[in-house]
Parts: sequence; structure tokens; C-alpha cells
Amino acid sequence: MEKVDEAGAARRRLEEIALLADRPLRFMEVCGTHTIAIFRTGIKSLLTSKIELISGPGCPVCITPQKEIDRAIAYSRMENTILATFGDLLRVPGSDSSLYEEKAEGGDIRVVVSPLDAVKFAQDNLEKRVIFFAVGFETTSPAIAFAVREAGRLELNNFFIYSSQRLVPPAIRALLSGKKTKIDGFILPGHVSVIIGSHPYEFIAREFGIPGVITGFDPLDILEGIEMLARQVKERRAGIEIQYRRVVRPEGNALALKVMEEMFLPARASWRGLGEIPESGLFLRAELSGRDAARVFPLELPDPGEPPGCRCGEVLQGVIRPPECALFSRVCTPDQPVGPCMVSSEGTCAAYYKYGRGK
Amino acid sequence: MKENRILLAHGAGGRLSHELVNRLFLPYFDNDLLRQLDDSAVFSSGKAGRLAFTTDSYVVKPLFFPGGDIGRLAVCGTVNDLAMAGAKPLYLSAAFIIEAGFPEETLEMVLQSMQEAAREARVKIVAGDTKVVEKGAAEGLFITTAGVGVVPEGVEIQGRKAQPGDNIILSGPIGDHEIAVLIARGEFSLKGEVKSDCAPLNGLVEAMLETAPEIHSLRDPTRGGLATVLWEIAGASETGIIIKEDDIPVKSEIRAVCELLGFDPYYLANEGKLVAVCPEGAAEKLVSRMRSHPLGKESRIIGQVVKENPGRVLLQTRIGGHRILDPLSGEQFPRIC
Repeated sequence: MEKVDEAGAARRRLEEIALLADRPLRFMEVCGTHTIAIFRTGIKSLLTSKIELISGPGCPVCITPQKEIDRAIAYSRMENTILATFGDLLRVPGSDSSLYEEKAEGGDIRVVVSPLDAVKFAQDNLEKRVIFFAVGFETTSPAIAFAVREAGRLELNNFFIYSSQRLVPPAIRALLSGKKTKIDGFILPGHVSVIIGSHPYEFIAREFGIPGVITGFDPLDILEGIEMLARQVKERRAGIEIQYRRVVRPEGNALALKVMEEMFLPARASWRGLGEIPESGLFLRAELSGRDAARVFPLELPDPGEPPGCRCGEVLQGVIRPPECALFSRVCTPDQPVGPCMVSSEGTCAAYYKYGRGK
Repeated sequence: MKENRILLAHGAGGRLSHELVNRLFLPYFDNDLLRQLDDSAVFSSGKAGRLAFTTDSYVVKPLFFPGGDIGRLAVCGTVNDLAMAGAKPLYLSAAFIIEAGFPEETLEMVLQSMQEAAREARVKIVAGDTKVVEKGAAEGLFITTAGVGVVPEGVEIQGRKAQPGDNIILSGPIGDHEIAVLIARGEFSLKGEVKSDCAPLNGLVEAMLETAPEIHSLRDPTRGGLATVLWEIAGASETGIIIKEDDIPVKSEIRAVCELLGFDPYYLANEGKLVAVCPEGAAEKLVSRMRSHPLGKESRIIGQVVKENPGRVLLQTRIGGHRILDPLSGEQFPRIC
């Protein structure tokens, strides 16, 4: 079997990056999968000390406000209800419980890989209502939109969506407008960009003069993405480039964008750590309000605020690194998480805890 | 204040399971033998020499999965815990908790499979118990087995005996059992031909000890996976461990499921694999002996025990970087983006 010399290829990229980076640079990745890949592959341990990689608001679980977690928990406690959601959400602490604890105590909470699984639950359990707690960025929205359409086609009146979906480009704009942290370049998300393409990021270069590279998830992809960013900085250019050309096209995926538009409308939404951001959430269109759990079951819940001492907000904006939070690894661990960045396997704090300590 | 409750993650075999044992169980049952927290307790029994003793409960869902079932698991799991002490397993007990209404035919299939596994492992099931509980008080069938075995003279196998300079050997590709069960559970609408590796390892261990009686530590990476057992060995022996990603076999179909669900293969459960720590000088002959055994055909050296970073497991990545392998925390969940 022929073996690709990955270590050799990586070494060459690392040398080139070291030559290009002639001053300290801060690059931000805004995708949890990148955060994990960077740690898992040991890129941080190899990269020139001139380049600092910081993590942005790229983990959907982490940026979901506690109030919305509380609401999902409340839905799971309703009679005759199956709450379906993605596995990462189970351990996120709400104000006094988590979906995981509710499940251990007998709540009918089911983990799905595809939102279509939730439609199947609705089909198989006509006497119950199924609420799909829809969290995620543009990567998952087409599948959720498709599930809504499928539930309509099957005339399932027991299928509801509680939407906490968010959009990436408005968050980047809010981050840059807030000017809380210096960023020299963006490692832009690969999967999200398969759907939306590169055009929605153009403002980053045009309005803020910062380069961005849409990057894949293999270690060599990430190194090439970093090299492309460093080259732009060195040549004093700022553009949105695509490293992940195998799958990303500038115009995105027209079919996916169309089904999203048919089902959802963007509107103002709240992000943990970043606050309210205009046009940054995706919600069901008014004509689909019969499937909108937030409208059909408008529970009144108190606003829990953020857990005391938790600095996830600053972590999500790249203002501090996790070890700078007083709770990190002392009070807040993956087994007993305080903030969401420690809960999600793709959260920045969890990644630092798991892979980064002792360095 | 919130009262502490037992969570599913307390049973996942990772950090929380350890924490629960150390915080709640050890203070009540503490003694020299239990405190070792090895897979079996080994104690002297006069003329009979040293005995190994262990117990384990089985609650797998579904009861049947490709490559095995709860019965096969209940025999192999306990046999393997004995084998990991270097013991020759002799006798098992089996206790059954059965939910009322459970089909007798299904029970018989489980018993038949236990019979076959016991025959393979050359052990006898010599004691047993049956309890039936109301419908809803148990999910179908739970089995608890206990086992005793004899430890041959000169064999001293413990997690704390790993020493700097030792080599770490893995007996084959990891992750098959957990992924096979996951697919059989049908929760993730996954499809695949993955079979559990569930098998009694005492034959393999016997062959290994004939070749290299100086083996320092043995573990079977069940719940919590390879990462967690290496972390246990590093902790018990106060050494560091370095393993190489390139050298750890993972089948491509297992890797694909991991990528889809965001799982790390180093944390997946196995039921027919072992990790051996042995002096460097014995490693090569041990690997070649293991390869000649049907359950060790893909054995290889995956890393070394070192002085640096005691209590830590370091993984050298494919591109030459490194990262720490912590014990499993909670359960692994599929990622969402």
C-alpha cells in the first residue's frame, strides 16, 4: 500500500508559514469542527509561535442562550411529548437541569443524527407530539428545512420545530463591529460554506480589510488555509479565498439555499456572549407557524441570565483564552460544566481542557 | 442546593465512573486488594496458590447484536477481566435479572450462547441465581457474572508495574464492539456490516505468558476505550505514555462512523482486544507470538512508557504534532456540525 507522506507535506507547509509570518498574527477559526481538528491533529504544537489561533463563535451549542435550553427542557417535560435533538445538546446545563438529566429521569428525549429521524418519530408515534429542538448553523439548516417539508408532505400534525438556528456571517460582522479583539485573518468554515458559498463573507475583506480563507478539515487543509492567510497578510491583500475547493463553490448550493428560504426567514436573535444580532437567527415562516413550537406552546419562563463567573462570552469572541477564566478546570470541567463552551465536544473550553492542558 | 444524582455517564467507564468509585464505594469497602483497582483482585489462597477474582454486570441494549449478544458478553467480559490479571479462568457464576414476560425462547438463545462462549474459554459456569422482576423494573434481561481463576507462579501483572522504557502492544483494530452495538441499536439510522469483536482472551494471554512471563501490565480496553485504559496504567504506575496515531489500527468503516458522529476512536469500547505493557527486550517476540494466535493477528507495538509527564497519555499525530489523551468524560455524543 502506498503511503502518503503527511508528516513531510506538513513540515513543508509549516516552514513556508514560518517564512511568511514576519510579525505576530492572530487568526480566528469560526467553526467548532476546525477547533477540534486543530487540537486533535496537534497543529498548535507545531505552528510557529508568531501565529496565534483563536476560536470564535463557531460552536452552535455554545452560542445557544441558556433561556432557549431551559425552554427545550420545559418542552421535554410536557405530557405526551418526544423531544428530539442533536446529541451535543444533551449535556448543556440549563438553569436547574439538562436534557441528559431529564432523560436519566425518564424524559422521552431522543438523539438524532438527521432531522428526518425526528419526522420518523412523529410518524411512528401519532398519539404523541414530537418537538425537534433545531440548533445549528447553515450546515444543518437545509436538512431541518427538508424535514419540515417532509412533515408537511406526510401531513403530520404532531411534528413541531423549536428553532434556535443561527447564521454565521452576521455573527462575524457583529464581532468585527464590536472591535473587542484584533484579528488578522479568518479561517472560514468548510461545511457552512458548502451551503452558502463565499459571497456572504465578502464584506469581511471589503469593509474591514481582513482576509479570509474557506478551509477544509484535514490537517493539511488547515495548514494550507493558514498559509494562504499568512500570504495575503504578507502581500498586504485582503480577499475571501477558497482552500476547500474540493467541495465549496463561490455560489454555494442553490438547492439547499432554496429549501431553506422556502421554510425559514432570518430575524434578530440572541447569541450567548454576543447578545442580540440583527438577521442572525432562522425561524419558521409565518405560514408555517402551526409547526412553530415557540408559537404553539408559548411557555413563560424566567430569564436565567448567565451563570455567575462564567466568561464563555469573552471566550466566544476571542477576547480571552479559556485558561484566563477563573472557573476553567477548577470549577468548570467536562464532567461538571458551568458554561456551554465546556459542554459541547466542539466548545473551545472543552477542547482546551481535553487536548490543550500542560502546553 | 442540587442533590447529586447518578447519571448515565457514571456508567460509561470514564472519568466519572472512576470518580464515583473513589468517592462513594472505596470509603466503604476499602482494603489492600480493592484499592489496586485492577481488572481482578489477586490474593494468595494457601496451597492453591494465588487466585484472581472478579465480577461484572451486563445491561447491553439491544440484547443481540452482530458478533455477539448479552450472554456471550457476560462470559467473555468476566473471563477477560481474569485474563488481564494473567490468571487462567476456571469457574464463573451467573445471576439473571429477568423482566416478567420475557420470552423463554430468547432466554434460551442467550443461555446457548453462554454455553458456547464458556466452551471457547474453557471455563465452567458452576453457580447461578435467577430473579424475576415486574414488567418495567428491568429492561428484558440483565446478567451479572463473577469468576475465579488461578495465577501461575512467576506471573505478576498489575497496572502499576509499567516502567519507563516498556513497550505498549495492542492486539488489533479498535472500536468494533461499540460501533456494532450502536448500529444495532438503530438510534442513528446507521447501516453497516460491523461485527463486535467480543471474544474470550484467556487463550491469547496464555500464549503470551508462555513467551513472555515478564509482561508488566495487561488491560482490555472496554468502556472508555484505549485512551482510558492507557490513562489508568499511566496513573497507577506514575509514568507517562506516548503512542503513535499512525500505528493504531482502526478499520475504515469504524473511522467513517467516527467522522460522521464526531467520535474519537480511542474512546470506543472493545470486547476482544487487549493492551500489553512489557519490557522492550521482550516486545518483538511477544508481538510475533500474538500474531500467530487467531485473536492477535494484527498485534503491533503502538508506543512506549516514558518518565516524562507522569499520569499523562500523549498521542503523536499523523502530521507529527502531539495531543493529550484524557480519559473519557461522560459519553460520546454525535456532533451537530
